Amino acid sequence: MSIQVENISFVYNEGTPFESVALKDVSFTIDDNEFVGIIGHTGSGKSTLIQHLNGLLKPTSGRIIVNGIDITTKKDLKDIRKEVGIVFQYPEHQLFEETIYKDIAFGPSNLGLSDDEIEKRVYDAMRIVGLDIKIKDMSPFELSGGERRRVAIAGVLSMMPKILILDEPTAGLDPKGRDEILHQIKQIHQMYNMTTILVSHSMEDIAKLVNKIIVMHEGKVSLIGAPKEVFKHVEELEKIGLGVPQITYLVRELRKNGIDLPDDVLTVDEAKKYILEYLRGVDNA
Amino acid sequence: MLIMLKNITIGQYIPGNTFIHRLDPRVKIILSIIFIISLFIITKFSGYIFILLFLLLSVFVSKIPLSYIFKGLKPILVILILTVGLNVFFTPGGTYLASIGPLKITSNGVRLALFMGLRLIFLIVGTSLLTLTTSPIALTDGIENLLTPFKSIGLPAHELAMMMTIALRFIPTLLEETDKIMKAQMARGADFESGNLVKRAKNLIPLLVPLFISAFRRADELAVAMEARCYRGGFNRTKLKQLKVSNRDYIAILFTAILVGIIIWNRFWPW
Repeated sequence: MSIQVENISFVYNEGTPFESVALKDVSFTIDDNEFVGIIGHTGSGKSTLIQHLNGLLKPTSGRIIVNGIDITTKKDLKDIRKEVGIVFQYPEHQLFEETIYKDIAFGPSNLGLSDDEIEKRVYDAMRIVGLDIKIKDMSPFELSGGERRRVAIAGVLSMMPKILILDEPTAGLDPKGRDEILHQIKQIHQMYNMTTILVSHSMEDIAKLVNKIIVMHEGKVSLIGAPKEVFKHVEELEKIGLGVPQITYLVRELRKNGIDLPDDVLTVDEAKKYILEYLRGVDNA
Repeated sequence: MLIMLKNITIGQYIPGNTFIHRLDPRVKIILSIIFIISLFIITKFSGYIFILLFLLLSVFVSKIPLSYIFKGLKPILVILILTVGLNVFFTPGGTYLASIGPLKITSNGVRLALFMGLRLIFLIVGTSLLTLTTSPIALTDGIENLLTPFKSIGLPAHELAMMMTIALRFIPTLLEETDKIMKAQMARGADFESGNLVKRAKNLIPLLVPLFISAFRRADELAVAMEARCYRGGFNRTKLKQLKVSNRDYIAILFTAILVGIIIWNRFWPW
């Protein structure tokens, strides 16, 4: 499923003394099956932007077209919300049922599916996020923070959206939990051909996973493109309070010192490969 | 529902730096109480002229947009209609005007209904002017200070003020939280806007349970954070901002005194 965002602007509390502009003339296209990363400073409009993509917020001006349907004029948004799933920041705060099973089943049962279908979807979702089916009758509040987050993500996955949006899914998790969640997100993207949008602060995570980056700054899109292209704009990214992955800085320093490496290295693995190649070249000479 | 949450203006403070904003909160609270009392001294319509002038002057000086004042009246609309309705139909005496079914409308009824309605409106506008121009912190500071003399008879003035501060502090936080959870559940297909009353109430469970849990969590975290900073009530606590009565306050007191004087005098007018 594709998303086209055309010149949207959004103003909070319009017409009051608390008025504030959150989005200014934002446009971009996300194609079917893309993995897109949205990065930006706190208050850059990332969270406001993603809430527009399934109609939770309506733009003050502009249009959003999801799979050919203009959702800014549509009244009944249930169909759109079925297709576009959003995992909010700290999604574990939305859990409310007595058992894990019931909580994950909340979304699918709102879609009016049969009990068999709901059961299948709940089990599938639990498996995808790496939760043991055995714990399905436990209360979600007995779990650890990381596990609770998985339950919440499973609660969105069980709706089987075609587009999955995750707002800082790793915020507040330990390194192990973070890596696991990101790995699962990558798997979901590949296995189910879901168009995936990941909002994050971490340049490393974004560099590793996505094939397109949208950089937000003060409610505007400041850069857009493939990671290798976007992360070449080091000065520009730093000026807006962001940066590039640590490894990219390292490679940049090495290049400045006359070591011949490519200028678009984004991951440690890539860097390792090129540095070894370089060293072998030096040895042979 | 989302729209409803945005319309709550009770207790909302509009920042500013006007004469009214900068008055000592204690003076503002006492003058507001005096204003309310003077409203109840009035027995004739002519008295309202001075109240109206006083309010208009205050609103003008405070630079609060009139739209905000009217918004504050919205929540009491039901009470207003009820008061006016009851007074119109159930006041005996005066000349007979019309009747709806068994209910009779008399001139006395209309007069009293108008009188009560206006009193209610002036009451709300006057008191909302206090909260619109005083930050919650200043307000509770003022209340705490005014209650301090009652400490000797066992009134926990500081604790009451602290409870109020915390409650006020968490209103916007909880509203934000409500909005967030609501959106998260709506993204999972929850419906808060349709169905009959029972169904709607049931649909609120996915909102209320997380909201309560988060409120308790926040309360717990706040208590721990306060203890970690050695909070132990108002004992020996000094203030960064001392409340001081200045010339500005004397001017405000003078104006209110003039109003009260006129109103008492008005009571003995023949019309």
